[in-house]
Amino acid sequence: MSGLTSTDALPHQQLNKKQPWVKKSVLPGFGLSFGYSTLYASLLVFIPLAALIVKSFGLPLDELWDVVSNKRALASYRLTFGASFIGALINLIFGFIVAWVLVRYSFPGKRIIDAIVDLPFALPTAVAGIALTALYAPNGWIGQWFALLGIKIAYTWIGVTIALTFIGLPFVVRTVQPVLADLEAEVEEAAASLGASRWQTFTRVLLPALLPSLLTGFALAFARAIGEYGSVVFISGNMPYRTEITPLLIMTKLEQFDYAGAAALGSVMLLFSFILLLFINLLQHWSHKRTGG
Amino acid sequence: MAGVISNLGHSSTAIKTSPRAAHQSATSEARWIRWTLISIAMLFLALFLLLPLIIVFTEAFAKGMGVYIAAITDPDAAAAIKLTLIAAGIAVPLNVIFGLAASWAIAKFEFKGKQIALTLIDLPFAVSPVVAGLIYMLLFGAQGLFGQTLMDHDVRIMFAVPGIVLATVFITFPFIARELIPLMQEQGKEQEEAAITLGANGWQMFFRVTLPSIKWALLYGIILCNARAMGEFGAVSVVSGKIRGQTNTMPLHIEILYNEYQFAAAFAVASLLALLALVTLVLKSALEWKAAREHEIAVLEAQTQ
Repeated sequence: MSGLTSTDALPHQQLNKKQPWVKKSVLPGFGLSFGYSTLYASLLVFIPLAALIVKSFGLPLDELWDVVSNKRALASYRLTFGASFIGALINLIFGFIVAWVLVRYSFPGKRIIDAIVDLPFALPTAVAGIALTALYAPNGWIGQWFALLGIKIAYTWIGVTIALTFIGLPFVVRTVQPVLADLEAEVEEAAASLGASRWQTFTRVLLPALLPSLLTGFALAFARAIGEYGSVVFISGNMPYRTEITPLLIMTKLEQFDYAGAAALGSVMLLFSFILLLFINLLQHWSHKRTGG
Repeated sequence: MAGVISNLGHSSTAIKTSPRAAHQSATSEARWIRWTLISIAMLFLALFLLLPLIIVFTEAFAKGMGVYIAAITDPDAAAAIKLTLIAAGIAVPLNVIFGLAASWAIAKFEFKGKQIALTLIDLPFAVSPVVAGLIYMLLFGAQGLFGQTLMDHDVRIMFAVPGIVLATVFITFPFIARELIPLMQEQGKEQEEAAITLGANGWQMFFRVTLPSIKWALLYGIILCNARAMGEFGAVSVVSGKIRGQTNTMPLHIEILYNEYQFAAAFAVASLLALLALVTLVLKSALEWKAAREHEIAVLEAQTQ
């Protein structure tokens, strides 16, 4: 009979003015599971993150401002955000093509190719870092051809961009793929039968429907790239002002025992993470509304 | 966020081949466009995914089998492998317990602030690995908040195994929960409610009803969590201190070898991690295939009824 106490069965109870914080249910274990996960998450994630912000405000404000806005820090932001943006843009274009090809066309080896798209999620970043460096170094398989043209890839911002493209590669493919697969064929058929060319159908019907997922994939790839460290340190050459990403600058400050400075830069990165997370959440909210999901 | 993010990596929807690809129609592209797009996609993937994978193995064996064997059986390498296994062996089970608890509370109950809880679970994914290492340094490092207390009691967290485990736990924190939450939400709570109504106690319900219905998603989460735990570099490199044979994990060992210009040895150890990545991808695809099959069978059964 305990089933009757479930509020699901008695929707009129919702009319009660005083709503409890958690809806009553016959299922056991809310207190235990919620309490345990909150405690675990607080101890391991939230309290340590709070310590970061507290520590960076341990600095006098003018010093804090100098740490986060001096020339070297600004140069590192420019590289980190610029290379991440270009990398995410490359992934937006090519990831879209990969998703399109995997959903719409059939060709030999498709299953394997579909599986290998996730390689950057599975391959440790340090391994990716040394592999990409070996490929793009001036004597590497790819780097030597660019060296002939006088273009240096490894140890320049181009190398950083390539590493950040690699680690963000699966995001656009995997966010667009399910949306593209679920699109109703009828809409395209309707467009075609009303006289639209294939290109018009693509730009006026398909692209608007895919836009939220494309943007979400782009934002996820961008967010992942901004924090990346392992794959970049090998290929970047790590020259201050030129090929030094912000996470590396934090690392340098730590090695010099400048904890407050490291914390201040870490807080700047954390702030950007929050903003991006918020933005991605809004995008997904919008995308759900669009697809009615 | 957890809902959509968890679709990343699930590619089962793409497996069904579109019938429209077979013939030229008003809703498909001309043959030459199709093959141009396929070629662009393949070239892009070959350049960014296949070549890095191939070069790891080529470089690993570049100086012959002897150097390869020597590199992976070196005592420092063995210690690094052991530490990597220990760190993953502690971090993954901890996050499994958290993932089960969090997804039970979030998927089966209605409470205020659920959306915020979902976003907060994803937070460690948005935080840079270096920042993840840094926060523990600020708490437990020599100059940290608890640094003095720890030193007084002769407890080492930083530059020791506990710090490496902590950093690994942080980095892999959301993996299990974000696999389980969307699935458990979709499954609803009728089954569990029936079990309780029929007199099962909480643990009986959990082990006989809930766990069997989420076992594949749980395994999927564990595989991804484990791959990330074993491969983590940035966070671990902040807290490890990189003491050879003591606080070096496999990725850190690779870095040291590489910086000492022992390229063949570095790539030899890297090839082990690349193999782990390949095994992860194979298992992941197999699980996705299985899930897609089970889903298809369920749909067919529903249609025939």
